[in-house]
Amino acid sequence: MTKKNSEAWKKKYEESGLRDADFSSISGRLLEPLYTWEDLAGSDPETRLGWPGDYPYTRGVHPSMYRGKLWTMRQFAGMGTPDQTNERYRFLLDKGQTGLSVAFDNPTLYGLDSDHPLAAGEVGKTGVAVDTLADMERLFAGIPLDRVSTSMTINAPAAWIFAMFLANAENHGIPFARLQGTLQNDILKEYIAQKEWIFPPEPHLRLITDLMVFCRDHVPQWNTISISGYHIREAGSTAAQELAFTLADGFCYVEHALKAGMDIDEFAPRLSFFFNSHLDFFEEIAKLRAARRIWARHMKKRYKAKSPRSWLCRFHVQTAGCSLTAQQPEINVVRTALEALAGVLGGCQSLHTNSMDEALALPSEKAVEIALRTQQINAFESGVATVIDPLGGSYYVERLTRDLEEEAERYFKRIDALGGVVRAIEQGFFQREITRAAYEYQMGLSRRKKILVGVNEFVNTGRRLEIPVLEIDESIERDQIRRLAEIKERRDNQAVRGRLEALRKAAAGSENLIPPLLEAARVHAALGEISEALVKVFGEYREQPFY
Amino acid sequence: MAEQRIKVIIAKPGLDGHDRGAKVVARALVEAGMEVVYLGLQQTPESIVRAAVEEDADVVGISILSGAHMTHFRRIKELMDGQGLGDRLLTGGGIIPTKDQAKLKEIGVEKVFGPGDDLQEIIDYIRHWRAAQAR
Repeated sequence: MTKKNSEAWKKKYEESGLRDADFSSISGRLLEPLYTWEDLAGSDPETRLGWPGDYPYTRGVHPSMYRGKLWTMRQFAGMGTPDQTNERYRFLLDKGQTGLSVAFDNPTLYGLDSDHPLAAGEVGKTGVAVDTLADMERLFAGIPLDRVSTSMTINAPAAWIFAMFLANAENHGIPFARLQGTLQNDILKEYIAQKEWIFPPEPHLRLITDLMVFCRDHVPQWNTISISGYHIREAGSTAAQELAFTLADGFCYVEHALKAGMDIDEFAPRLSFFFNSHLDFFEEIAKLRAARRIWARHMKKRYKAKSPRSWLCRFHVQTAGCSLTAQQPEINVVRTALEALAGVLGGCQSLHTNSMDEALALPSEKAVEIALRTQQINAFESGVATVIDPLGGSYYVERLTRDLEEEAERYFKRIDALGGVVRAIEQGFFQREITRAAYEYQMGLSRRKKILVGVNEFVNTGRRLEIPVLEIDESIERDQIRRLAEIKERRDNQAVRGRLEALRKAAAGSENLIPPLLEAARVHAALGEISEALVKVFGEYREQPFY
Repeated sequence: MAEQRIKVIIAKPGLDGHDRGAKVVARALVEAGMEVVYLGLQQTPESIVRAAVEEDADVVGISILSGAHMTHFRRIKELMDGQGLGDRLLTGGGIIPTKDQAKLKEIGVEKVFGPGDDLQEIIDYIRHWRAAQAR
């Protein structure tokens, strides 16, 4: 094989005539028609790829990968009241799901009680409403929290939702040390993409560090933070932006914890990640492989972590909600299957597959079952879980992995030049980069540069296939508000006032806030009451609107 | 005679942080020659209608992916009618089930857009509405 051969092929390729199509990736990356050994020239596979379970972990975080343990099938779920969601969890566990993942409603995500004026119309709509410890108890009723791992998608009020979770475990006699799960607790990506914050960045970062310290000492099996690219991608970023911004957020958390005096090897093993899996199959796989390699290198070389467990980029993957279409919703099953496959080939530790009806509403039971079955087909029928990192060594995948890694490094330099992640957020850097990418993607669809089946091509005109969708009854809001009023009447209100005041004082000082939060949760202080106490000290955050 | 510029308010009511669609639509409308006032996140029906009055907007566009569309659209429509903006166009987009689209029609929100709808379709809808008004 010589250079001459490659030029001869190139000539034939150019003469052979091409389809009238766009040959860039979904992120706008220009792609070669063919990748060859020349693309890997000068790259030593032994050091660049290594072995599964060995630095730099390009090929996976475990030596045996899915032969040892399949990924956890974890469907994100939550709607309506805690009782309704509890019922859905039992349904999913019964169908073979292996972990829980809690979706909270919007008021909860903003740290507001269900009776807050801004909560009107939103209670229980896109997740479950949790106002007090009593709701937490109902949410997990009959579920063995010491045996099932629980992931909670909560960020701004993560510390006090976790306090309620701990108080509930306490009431059931489960020692904190036996609790397993993950708190998303990633506030930086909220400012960047998801937009659910309460305070300015610094107090939120303090709470995150407090939680890391608390969990190190008391809840050692808990993943304290799930550094998330998912929402960055959903907001319209490219694959490289998702990769770079997520890892940059990770570095920022590491630096805050180090500044607070923690030892890197004490907290880094409990950091986990959460990535999107979008439609561009190989680009997604490369992104996930690159994430492991970049994280390992920075943790080892830059932050001097000594424990190999600190070097691991372990991650959850969710298929791309933004790739689902309201048109011909059944075909979303196929999109999700491809995206899930990319997540698996990228070496994820857990996976959520979206349901076909999510461009229309929250998923129905039937749709969720199909989504879970999609994972099971990948795991048990397709054979992809049998061999470790099956695409390792592919000229294309290895080249893309390297390209994405280099792009991410270029972004890290730009972020550093802006003064770090928090300063870059304040300057709107990430937000602008993402908004621009989102617009370019949409224009690509509008101009039919990119094809979406059923949307701008192969459209079924005049016939809109209906699938049954889940409806959240308006009465749920009234019920939830009524229950909150009952709790507020029944609880020891003097104790609540005392503990909220103690919390406020602690916030004004510098002590760890998790113990006073736990104290408040135990006496049924409501989520929004706790937020209010903290806002008095920390203030609120406002974003300058732009487009 | 130059066509008078169409003025559009774009807003995200309630607690929904999904602003990708709102921003993309805002930018597309500007590129189509319209004037856009983007109010941003965490707006209330009151703040949106107040802005519509102050800006003398022709169109109010609401983006909701949180499921609270019925509550917000109903309230915004009431306020608009009460403030003498009954002749302005109220529209929007998000995750809105077909069944609710029919209910929105009943309260005077003729059309809303969803995932996958073309930007040009939104631009054309506003332009046609304007042309019908002028007649």
